[in-house]
Amino acid sequence: MTRTGFVFANLLRKKTRTMLTLLSVVTAFLLFGLLQAVNVLFSAGAEFVGATRLVTQARVSFTQSLPMRLLPQIESVPGVEKVMWAQWFGAVWQENTQLIFFATDPGRLHEVYPEYVMPDQQWKAFAETRTGMIVGRNLADQYGWRIGDKVPIFSNIFPQKDGSKAWTFDLVGIYDGKDQEWQRNTNVGWINFAYFDEANQFGSGRAGTFTLKLANPDQAAQVAQTIDAMFENSPDETKTQTEKDFNLGFFKQIGDIGLIVRWILFAVFFTLLLVVGNTIAQSVRERIPELAILKTLGFTDGDVLGFVLAEAAAICVIGGLLGLGVATVIGIAIGSGGNFPLAVDYRVWFAGVLAIIGLSLAVGLLPALRAGRLSIVDALAGR
Amino acid sequence: MSEAMVRVSNVYKSYVRGNQKVEVLHGLTLEIPKGDFVALMGPSGSGKTTLLNLIGGLDRPTSGEVLVGGQRIDQLSSAQLAKWRARNVGFVFQFYNLMPVLTAERNVELPLLLTSLGAAQRRKSVAVALEVVGLSDRARHKPKELSGGQEQRVAIARALVSDPTILICDEPTGDLDRKTADEILGLLQLLNREHGKTIVMVTHDPKAAEFARRILHLEKGQLLEQTTAAA
Repeated sequence: MTRTGFVFANLLRKKTRTMLTLLSVVTAFLLFGLLQAVNVLFSAGAEFVGATRLVTQARVSFTQSLPMRLLPQIESVPGVEKVMWAQWFGAVWQENTQLIFFATDPGRLHEVYPEYVMPDQQWKAFAETRTGMIVGRNLADQYGWRIGDKVPIFSNIFPQKDGSKAWTFDLVGIYDGKDQEWQRNTNVGWINFAYFDEANQFGSGRAGTFTLKLANPDQAAQVAQTIDAMFENSPDETKTQTEKDFNLGFFKQIGDIGLIVRWILFAVFFTLLLVVGNTIAQSVRERIPELAILKTLGFTDGDVLGFVLAEAAAICVIGGLLGLGVATVIGIAIGSGGNFPLAVDYRVWFAGVLAIIGLSLAVGLLPALRAGRLSIVDALAGR
Repeated sequence: MSEAMVRVSNVYKSYVRGNQKVEVLHGLTLEIPKGDFVALMGPSGSGKTTLLNLIGGLDRPTSGEVLVGGQRIDQLSSAQLAKWRARNVGFVFQFYNLMPVLTAERNVELPLLLTSLGAAQRRKSVAVALEVVGLSDRARHKPKELSGGQEQRVAIARALVSDPTILICDEPTGDLDRKTADEILGLLQLLNREHGKTIVMVTHDPKAAEFARRILHLEKGQLLEQTTAAA
């Protein structure tokens, strides 16, 4: 027998209670893993894109479009290497499945987003086919689309000139991400802006955003300031920000995801603290004479404290790792679906391990201190 | 038996219970030679268990000196006392106090986790201790699968396994029937006579006390008299 063996023997003293407690920890960390993954996902663009690109949108909101006549002025700003524009298409597949589709200039997309990898032949086809569209690998796999397919897509924002909301595009390319992270984000479709702009009922010559590829990331702040100053007090005031901030702002339209996640996790962990803390405290109360006996045998106050803390930690570590493991599997299952690339990755695991350590201390420290300070004489006398 | 194993000199011990200070031992002086088997008797509240706790290093006196095996233990810190107990004392209690989640052999092995012995050496020591108490065939049983007498034998094996210099027994037969009690007392007597263990035992039972070499009577925290047991 080892000290670890003794700790586990004590954990199995009341198997049902331990299993139920363990289950509550597993559930809590499952939720933790998935919610943290959501949090990471919503700020993911930020981390892998960096500040090599800026996004210029209308100052009021990204739902307001900007005139294409701003393009030459933006392009003329020192430090701007290339500019791409995009217009949110409001795509709907079949009855009610919303898709992420933008209208853009194929050549500029290719230049500004080298992270999207596709054979040159398909880029060429995209540029040359007015009704052409390209989609990411995840999206294509999800709907079983193949190159050469004619894909009917509805737009709930932009009807065609004849009033029809149904558009038909020719799938001319399927792109991949340059690495695993970008591969997870291949759930976007792109259509040819020239065709879209000419065929839609409303508009002509307007784009939702301009995406700027910078020559030097160090100039990001200066470029953003110059552009916004350029259009200040004009009918088309702009807001230029890093792609990270733009993405965060986009998702914040549905609420402060981080805050929501934090509140849910706070509620989960507060409940968990009470459940596990009470279990450990109860377990110590039941064993006061046994703990006193350990001390009579020569185990020090620190040894006894360590035993109790190790029991609490064992429940938290086993439950926490199992919970995060299950969350990872679920994340992979959801992520492989394409539209919601959820991933319980190293960042989630890192936060999870910190949470496990914190929880172990929070639930175990007080009962452990009590056990450590136990007076042998009083404990044996039942006082 | 001339060398003193235990020397208690002018020891006072008082507790505070609620608002009241309770004086338990009043200037008690006592000497127990090495290899002795002493029974401490006296009415409830006479200070028997308190004296036993002081000799076993479970508690410290309010004043006075307690020397065990030549070491002054009343001045040791809590951690030093714990280490001292691990090396020098074996305890046997009325209610056995075995760990219910461990088998008999694991219970006996528990004190050896504090030593530097390897797993194989520990197993060997455990086997010897269980053999001494006659419970080799019950090694894999948990306490709830043993009778009271068997549980107490396991407790004695646990007290013996690290080869302590003194055994402290607090009412070791208080929860047993006469026949089983006599078996346990016979075992303690054997450990004293054959293995030279110094034993200090608290008991209310005059028949149990007869197994000791000497009987010391306490009353109101003071040593009254000593008699030599018949056995």
